[in-house]
Amino acid sequence: MSFPWAQHYKPSHPLMVYLDEKLPLPRFVYNAVGAGYPVPRNLNYAWNFGVLAGFCLLIQIVTGIVLAMHYASNAGIAFDSTEHIMRDVNYGWLLRYAHANGASAFFAVVYIHIFRGFFYGSYKPPREMIWLLGVVIFLLMMATAFMGYVLPWGQMSYWGAQVITGLFSAIPLIGGALHTWLLGGFAPGDAALNRFFSLHFLLPFVILGVVILHIWSLHIPGSSNPTGVEVKTESDTVPFHPYYTAKDGFGLGVFLILYCAVVFFAPNQFGHPDNYIPANPMQTPAHIVPEWYFWPFYAILRAFTQDFFIIPAKLMGVLAMFSAILVWFFLPWLDRSPVRSGHYRPLHRKFFWVLVIDVLALGYCGGAPAREPYVMISQVLAIYYFLHFLVILPIVSSLEKPEPLPFSITEAVLGKDDHAVLTA
Amino acid sequence: MADDAVIDTPEHAPVVTDGGVRRRDFINIAAVSAAGVGAVSVLLPLVSQMAPSADVLAESSTDVDLASIQVGQGIKAVFRSQPLFVRRLTPKEIAAADAVPVASLRDPETLAQRTKPGKTEWLITMAVCTHLGCVPLGIVSTENRGEFGGYFCPCHGSQYDTAARIRKGPAPKNLEVPDYAFTTDTAIKVG
Repeated sequence: MSFPWAQHYKPSHPLMVYLDEKLPLPRFVYNAVGAGYPVPRNLNYAWNFGVLAGFCLLIQIVTGIVLAMHYASNAGIAFDSTEHIMRDVNYGWLLRYAHANGASAFFAVVYIHIFRGFFYGSYKPPREMIWLLGVVIFLLMMATAFMGYVLPWGQMSYWGAQVITGLFSAIPLIGGALHTWLLGGFAPGDAALNRFFSLHFLLPFVILGVVILHIWSLHIPGSSNPTGVEVKTESDTVPFHPYYTAKDGFGLGVFLILYCAVVFFAPNQFGHPDNYIPANPMQTPAHIVPEWYFWPFYAILRAFTQDFFIIPAKLMGVLAMFSAILVWFFLPWLDRSPVRSGHYRPLHRKFFWVLVIDVLALGYCGGAPAREPYVMISQVLAIYYFLHFLVILPIVSSLEKPEPLPFSITEAVLGKDDHAVLTA
Repeated sequence: MADDAVIDTPEHAPVVTDGGVRRRDFINIAAVSAAGVGAVSVLLPLVSQMAPSADVLAESSTDVDLASIQVGQGIKAVFRSQPLFVRRLTPKEIAAADAVPVASLRDPETLAQRTKPGKTEWLITMAVCTHLGCVPLGIVSTENRGEFGGYFCPCHGSQYDTAARIRKGPAPKNLEVPDYAFTTDTAIKVG
């Protein structure tokens, strides 16, 4: 995309001129994340998380490729090969901890990115396609993370595989056969482990492809901004480079401090001790839970304990869990308010924070044992979760009286002082 | 281009059969059909390879010796690489199972239907929760047996009674009773 005032790529070195004629890759980069991409001047730090997510994907691909050089996806030796990486391979402990905690970091960053979208209405036209692609990326991330967690073949890996593939057995008629087909057997084993490894290697590159589509479709309308008011003039924007390369660079530094703190000082904080016990098909651990980033959805799965009319509780839980994410696909059409940003939507922003608390509480219940009062609390929270998207958002967007919007981004930043408006 | 009428000039007139079908239509349909059949036949092995392989399918049967199991005890055996519960019920547990009105159950079955005639005390079921496949607790009396004295699945809280029937929680079915037969009075063959 480009606004008419976008700077143009002008290679000066003969080699770059030559390259620009034959394969204009530097021009592409210049226009995508360089000085050739004008970006709203008022982006706050919530806008750092897209770049951070991209960086996490890079960490995962790089550490993952080298881990695959040492890992053996055979049920007999997978656990031992993981311990071999931890104990014998040079820096193996670092690579594995970086990869395992990289997944946590990736999800943390992406959750903030998604909730940024909720608050600022980033999903609204003309940016629906960016949002839809983002939800696809999130689903792919969940599949990739799940299959990656199975690979060490510890107790949590094994029983995670059993439970998550068991979700498909809830599908009426074909469920049982589908479950067996997915596993390549009647219980997780060599066949399942090998295919999970194969797909765990493939999917990150699929994610990379969808990320490219995500950014491509972003560059057509350009980035949104905290006011939700579209760019009108050149004074509303600054070039991506150096302004946001610098701002993102600072955010990246803060991110890396936190990430390294976890990798070096609390590498097992987000893991489960049970996964250091080799997989045992005869014994389910007393308390099986997925990784923290699945907890809110796991709580919704477990919230259904009674049959719902003709739908069995098991199928209902599975449907609800998937619907909790699929409902995001409809967000651009559920929230009809013409105002994007929560800054100018007094009701929407209150309900936004209620949703944040609801999801955090769901997460807490999802990590807790399957007993009262957590089950009952999960039920209330799950109902509210769906109410938020299906009832509250549409009603709020029709009832709410938005606060007055600024005329432009420049006015929002600098006030109405004409002299302060940049014209360069 | 709609008005690109070259093929309609007399010397290029398309060959039209009686039904109004041009030769080119036939070639298009035939070519696309052949490619479609080819694509499907390539897809078949790609999908089918995911199904259980022959060695996995080569079912085995499991012999279990019951002689050493006392009343009230239970053991966990292995059948088709999945755990199997073999439990010898106490008279009290049998009475508790028989006292439940069958119609009130989510998956209505009597204890007699779930055991062999004259062998009601031997409850043999898969140790695979019908919810999402965890191994329930309760085969040993020191484990949590839930409210109904049978089995308790720690994963999502499904509770089974002393006939391993689902009573509470998300599981849709009773614990599965595999095919088995008594080979002697104190031995069974499962599968």
